[in-house]
Amino acid sequence: MSKSVNIKDLNVYYSDFMAVQDVTMDIAPRSVTAFIGPSGCGKSTLLRTLNRMHEVIPGAHVQGQVLVDGDDLYGAGVDPVTVRRQIGMVFQRPNPFPTMSIKENVLAGVRLNNKRIPRATAEALVEKSLQGANLWNEVKDRLDKPGQGLSGGQQQRLCIARAIAVEPEVLLMDEPCSALDPISTLAVEDLINELKDSYTVVIVTHNMQQAARVSDKTAFFNIAGTGKPGRLIEYSDTTTIFNNPVQQATEDYVSGRFG
Amino acid sequence: MSGSGTLKIPATRNRLTTGQLPRFASLYTLGVAFVLAAAVMGLIGFNAFGLAAFTSVFYLILISALSTAIENRRKAMDRFVRGLVTVAFLLALAPLVSTLWTVFSKGIGIISPAFVFTSGGSPTINPNTLEIVSSPGALQAIVGTLEITGLATLFSVPIGLLTAIYLVEYAAPTFWLRRVVNFLVDVMTGIPSIVAGLFAFSLFSLLVGPKAFSGLSAAVALSVLMIPTVVRSSEEMLRLVPADLREASYALGVTKYVTIMRIVVPTAIAGLATGVTLAIARVIGETAPIFMAASFTDAFNGNPLNGPMQTLPVMAYTGYKFPGQDIALSNDQAWGAALLLVALVIVLNLIARIIAMIFAPKTGR
Repeated sequence: MSKSVNIKDLNVYYSDFMAVQDVTMDIAPRSVTAFIGPSGCGKSTLLRTLNRMHEVIPGAHVQGQVLVDGDDLYGAGVDPVTVRRQIGMVFQRPNPFPTMSIKENVLAGVRLNNKRIPRATAEALVEKSLQGANLWNEVKDRLDKPGQGLSGGQQQRLCIARAIAVEPEVLLMDEPCSALDPISTLAVEDLINELKDSYTVVIVTHNMQQAARVSDKTAFFNIAGTGKPGRLIEYSDTTTIFNNPVQQATEDYVSGRFG
Repeated sequence: MSGSGTLKIPATRNRLTTGQLPRFASLYTLGVAFVLAAAVMGLIGFNAFGLAAFTSVFYLILISALSTAIENRRKAMDRFVRGLVTVAFLLALAPLVSTLWTVFSKGIGIISPAFVFTSGGSPTINPNTLEIVSSPGALQAIVGTLEITGLATLFSVPIGLLTAIYLVEYAAPTFWLRRVVNFLVDVMTGIPSIVAGLFAFSLFSLLVGPKAFSGLSAAVALSVLMIPTVVRSSEEMLRLVPADLREASYALGVTKYVTIMRIVVPTAIAGLATGVTLAIARVIGETAPIFMAASFTDAFNGNPLNGPMQTLPVMAYTGYKFPGQDIALSNDQAWGAALLLVALVIVLNLIARIIAMIFAPKTGR
C-alpha cells in the first residue's frame, strides 16, 4: 500500500478556462502533504485531478502527467474507475449515503463494486475501518442505524472510514474539517497522523495551523487575479514554509499579510 | 435619572409594550361580522354565498379598524392581509369541497356490493313478474379502468424514468439530443387528451383494421399523456439528489451505472413513487381518449387486447349522455361511477403518501 505521486507540468482547464497552470511536484509515499492558498487558487481543482474526480464536471480536462508509482493517470486507455479505486477521497461536507446504515456506508465501496465478501470478513472490515477512523467506540452499538443520524464530526469520520475500507493507495482530503467543530477537527487531525503510517495523504485546508500541525510538506498556491490561473508558488517542508519561506508571497500569506 | 448611578427599573410600565388586542380578538370579530352579515341577509334575502361574502368583508373592515385603533398600522396591515389570504384559501377550497360533496351525496345511494361486484348489462325481463330488470353493476368499468391504467403505467413508467435518468445523468446540458428530448417532452405535456385518443385510435385502425377498439389502444393513448408527466416529475426528483452523493460514490471507484442504480435512484425513490402515483391519478380520470380508443360497453370485457372496454369516467359520461331505458337508473349509475373514480384517486394519493413515508431517507439516531 501507499504510492508516490508525481505531478509533471500539469495544466487544468474548465472548458477553455485555465484554472491551474504548470504545476510540478513530487509527493512521497507515507507522508502528509498540505495544499494551502486563498480561495479560488485551484487547490481543490488540483486535488481532484489526482483521482480524476474533476471529470465529473462537464468540460474539465488536463494537460500534463500525473504519475502514481510511475503509472500515468492520464495515459491513453486508463479507466477513471480503476484510478478512483486506488485513490480515495474525502469531501468538504460529510456525505454519508442517506439510504444506508452506518455499517452499509462503510461497506459501500466494497459492495457497490460488486465484490461478494463473507459475512465474517465484512464484520471485520467494518470494525477495522471504523477503528481506523476513530469512530468504532462511538458507534459499535448502533451499526444498523442510519449514517445520517450521526453528528457532523462523526459523519465525516464515517466518510473517512468508508474511504479507507476500500484500502486505497492514496487518500485525498478536500477541506475535511471546514464543517467541523474544534473537537471533531482534533479527532480528524489525530486520525490523519495515524493514517500516514499506511497511506499517502494529500489534504487541502484553509486553516494554516492545521497545515502546520498535520503535514510533512506544504504547497502554497496563489492566483495573480480573477480570471487568471492558479499557480504553485512554493513547495517545501512544512517547517520551511511556515518559518522561513523563500517567496515573499508565501511569507505574506502564512503570516497573514497580503498584497 | 437619579444621580446615584444605579439603574432604576420603572415599576409602572414596560417601555417595550404597545397596545394589543385580546387573545381571541379575531374570533370575536368574526362572530360579530357573521351576525352583521346575517342581519344584512335578513334585509335583502338569504343566500349562503352572500352570507359568506358579507361575513368576509365585514370581518376585514372590522379587524383592520380595531387593530388600527388599539394596536398599530403594521399589525393592522398584518391582520388585514392574513384575513385576505384566508379568504382566498377558502375561496379556492369551496369548489373542491362542493364537487366532492355533490359526487358523494348523489353517488352514495347506488353504491352497494352488487354495484361494485356485478357487471351491468342490457335490461332483461323477469319471466315471473314480467317486469324489466336492469342490473346497475359497474364491475366492467372498474376492471376496465384498472386494466387500462395499469397497462398505461406499465408502458409509461419505464420509458419516463429512463428518459429522466438520461436527461439528468447522461446528457450534457448543451447536447443537441437533450434539447430535442426536452422540447418534445414540453410539447407532449401540452397535447390535448383528445389528440392522444385520436392518435391511438388511428394507430390501431391502421395496424388492426376498422373498429379496432381495445383496452390496449386506450392504454397507448393514456401513455402518450402520462409519459411527459412521469419524465418531468422524475427529472425533478433526480435533480434533488445532492451531487455530493454521486461524487462520494465515484470517489469509491463505483461505476456510473451502479451509482445511479444503487445510490441516486434509492435516494430519490420516495419522490419517484409519488410522481408516478400522481401521474396515474392524472390519467385515470381521462374520458375522451378512452372513449375514442376503447369505445364503451355495458358488457363485461376483461381482455384488453380485443373489443370495447368500459371505464369509470366513460361510464359516468355515457350514463348521462346515452341513458338506457331506465333514465333515472342510468343517471344514478353515472354518479356511482364518478364516486368510485374519486375514491380510487383518493386511495392512489394515500398510497403515494404511504410509499413516500416508507422510503424516505431515515435519520433516526
